[in-house]
Formats: sequence, C-alpha cells, structure tokens
Amino acid sequence: MSTVGESFVTAAGLVVAADPRLLDIVCLSLTVSLSAVFIASCLGLPIGAAIAVGRFPGRRTLTVVLNGLMGLPPVVVGLLVYLLLSRAGPLGALGLLFTPSAMVIAQVVLITPIIAALSRQIVADAWRDYEEQLRSLGASTPRAACTLLIDTRFSLSTAVLAGLGRAVAEVGAVMIVGGNIEGVTRVMTTSIALETSKGDLPLALALGFILIAIVLILNALAHAVREWAVRRHG
Amino acid sequence: MAEALLTLEALRFDAGGHTLIDSVSARIAALRRTVILGPNGAGKSVLMRLMHGLLEPVSGRVHWSGGKAPVQAMVFQRPVMLRRSVLDNLTYALALAGVAAGERRTRAMDVLQRVGLAHLASRPARVLSGGEQQRVALARAWALRPAVLFLDEPTASLDPGASAEVERLIGVIAADGCSIVMSTHNLGQARRLADDILFIDSGRIAEHTPAADFFAAPRSAQAEQFIRGELSWT
Ligand SMILES: Nc1ncnc2c1ncn2[C@@H]1O[C@H](COP(=O)(O)OP(=O)(O)OP(=O)(O)O)[C@@H](O)[C@H]1O
Ligand SMILES: [Mg+2]
Repeated sequence: MSTVGESFVTAAGLVVAADPRLLDIVCLSLTVSLSAVFIASCLGLPIGAAIAVGRFPGRRTLTVVLNGLMGLPPVVVGLLVYLLLSRAGPLGALGLLFTPSAMVIAQVVLITPIIAALSRQIVADAWRDYEEQLRSLGASTPRAACTLLIDTRFSLSTAVLAGLGRAVAEVGAVMIVGGNIEGVTRVMTTSIALETSKGDLPLALALGFILIAIVLILNALAHAVREWAVRRHG
Repeated sequence: MAEALLTLEALRFDAGGHTLIDSVSARIAALRRTVILGPNGAGKSVLMRLMHGLLEPVSGRVHWSGGKAPVQAMVFQRPVMLRRSVLDNLTYALALAGVAAGERRTRAMDVLQRVGLAHLASRPARVLSGGEQQRVALARAWALRPAVLFLDEPTASLDPGASAEVERLIGVIAADGCSIVMSTHNLGQARRLADDILFIDSGRIAEHTPAADFFAAPRSAQAEQFIRGELSWT
C-alpha cells in the first residue's frame, strides 16, 4: 500500500521535474503516433469517402470488411509487419525493423481501417443530404467525395482522433516491430509494460499519467473545436 | 403553340413498390413559365427530378428538343448549402460549371447583388435562416445562367415580402430568356406567374392548359376541386 503511495509521489515528481528520460519517451511516442496518424489520414479519409460515394460492385462487402478491420489485434499487426520487415521478409532489405519507422508502419496498418471506416460513415451520412444537390450542380463522383470531405471536416476530426488515441495507446504492435530499445524505439506504452515488469512503478505510473492526460486533452480539444464549428458554421 | 423545350413520353417511375409517376406525357413549352400544381404527394417533386435527370424513369423518356439537355439548374424544396460562405457556395457551383476562376467571384457577387443578398456574401451559408438559404439557392442556380430553371416550391418557407421578391426575380429570370418549370401549392402565385399549368394528381397528369384557361374554367374534376378547396381556405 505504502509503496503504491510512494510511487504516486515519485511519479508526480518526475512529471513536474520534466525528467529528461520521461521527455524523450513522450516525444518519441508522439512523433511516431502523429506521423502514423498523418499517413493513415492521407490514406483513410479518401478511402472512406470513396466507399461512401462511389458506386462499384463489392461496396457493401468492402464496408463490412473495413468495419471488421477496425478491431485488428495489435499484436497480430505487429507480427505481420515484423514478417514483412524482417531480414528474410519482402521489405527486409530496407533495414527498418527495430526502428521508429517500423513502428510508424505498424500503427498505420492498425489505424488506417479505423479512420477509413469512421470517415466512410460520416461521409455516407452527409452524402444522403447532399447527393441530389451536388449531382444537380454536375459534380463528378471524385469531386463530390472531395467536397464532402471538406464539408464534414469537423466531424472527421473525431475519426482522426480516434485513430490517434488508438495509436498512442497501443502496445503490442510497437513492442514487436520496435523491440523497445532504450533511447531508440522505447515509447510510453512499451516503457510502462517494461518498467512495471521490472518493478519500477514510479516511471511506469508517471508515463501512465501523461498518456491518460494526452488522450483526455486531445478529446477535449476535439470536442471544443466541434462545438465552436457548429456554432460558427452550422 | 410555342416551341417545345422538352417532351415527356409515357414517363413512369416506381419506388418502394409504388408507382409514383404513371403514363406522364407532356410537351413543356420553351421560354415560358410552366407551373406544376397538385396536392401534397401528387408527385410534383418526383416529376421535376425526372425532368432534371436526377431520377431515371422506369419506362418512357425525357426528350429535350435539339437532342441534348441544355444548361439547367434546380432549386430544391429543401436546398442544401455547403459548409462555407454564401459567396463560396456560388463560386463552387460556377467552378463545377466550368466558369473560369477569374470570373467566378464577380459573377457570384453580381447575382447576389441582384437578389439583394450581397450583405450576406461572407456569412457561413448553413447558419442562415431557411428563407435566406432558399434565396441563396435561387442565386446559386441563377448564377449558372441556365436555359431551364427548375424551382420546387421556391417560396414555401418565405415571408410575404420575400415571396413577392422571389416572384419578381422569377419574372426577371424568365424575361432573361430562361424557361421556368416550377411547382407550388399557392394558387395566387400560380395565377401571378404561370403561362401554363400542369396539374397532376396521384402521379398522373390531370390537366395541362394555358394558365388563363385553367383558372377561368378547369377542365378536370380534380383541378376544379383543388381550386375550390384551396379558395375556401383563403
Ligand atoms: N424515393 C422515394 N421512395 C418512395 N416513395 C417516394 C420517394 N420519393 C417520393 N416518394 C413518394 O412519392 C409521392 C410523391 O412525392 P413528391 O415529393 O413528388 O410529392 P409532391 O407532389 O412534391 O408533394 P409536396 O407538395 O408535399 O412537396 C409521395 O407519396 C412520396 O411519399
Ligand atoms: Mg414536393
């Protein structure tokens, strides 16, 4: 009991003192996950919009598959990316395994379906309202998809944040492809797992605080932006 | 009789297991104002969508004189504004219509001026009142300089002053050399604006006559009933 209490105090101290070890880990975490979210958004938003607006065979099946992929188990993604990047794998020559790039790739695989599936839903809902008007104005399907992505931008921020939340909090995939190498590929979640198993509860707890705080702040921000946007733009 | 703008040939449209438009054949005159009259649910909106090409008939066809559809625009019963400024809503439509980038703004501002909405140009379009949105939609359609303008109850949500203004604008647009096809419930408005009346009931044409004849002596029982019913309310 008292060790837990002491751990909390020490953890708070580490956060307040902005411990450099802590900062490095947090920075790497954010860099990896933000890069992954950026790439996954560039892929997922157009994919979601295309499935929402496009008329092609297999669209329903694709929607079901995409929704299913939202629940991809991170360790399995980690394993697949590991096989892809390992020395003997198809992309082995790039030498990316156990680098931050490998972690970015794994997170992109993990969250692109999330961003695509959520944005498909958002764009499809808007399309129901906009379809006749846009077709009347002569918008081609790709043009309509772009217009809808722009028009639903505030709602889409939720989809992107869901992806970021998942990326930053995920441990299985980055552990496997990053290897949790200190100072190179050690991020918040892998540190928490490691430090806990080593018994260094204060560092694990301090990272836990920060992780939760980051997730909360991001969601609060997204909420505020949406509220403001609805008031301003309807 | 005036030259034909378009000819409807045995048009039929089904949806949800019902026949919504049945055996509709008519010749819509060019450069005139055709008002589609009929009770709620008669099929006015569906018929206009068929003419505008947003719906494909199950059988029959819409034949444009000259073989190909002219530049056309439609103002919907519930207009859809994009989540951007009023001016940008107009320039967007102009961009889709292929108007050169340098010309869009001037043309949009010019039309906004003419419909008396220049003061709203920079306002976000979706937070305007229903009546204001309706007029922006009219401006957006007019800016396209259509040869045919479809108007689905363009004054349904307008106050008397704004209605009178929109009726005046419809007159101006028509005088500019644009064929008008509009629907309304308002008999007074039909009287003021119509050159021809197309009266439909339960998806069929009950009567298609010049407005003067229609109001002097409706030929169909349904139209007579409609006029009596409506007059007894006003
Ligand atoms: N996509 C659809 N699927 C099924 N039914 C439809 C569809 N669109 C319209 N309807 C039905 O077709 C009928 C005619 O609809 P429409 O909107 O053309 O009526 P309207 O004459 O414009 O009526 P209002 O005066 O109320 O605008 C209605 O009974 C409506 O419920
Ligand atoms: Mg209608």
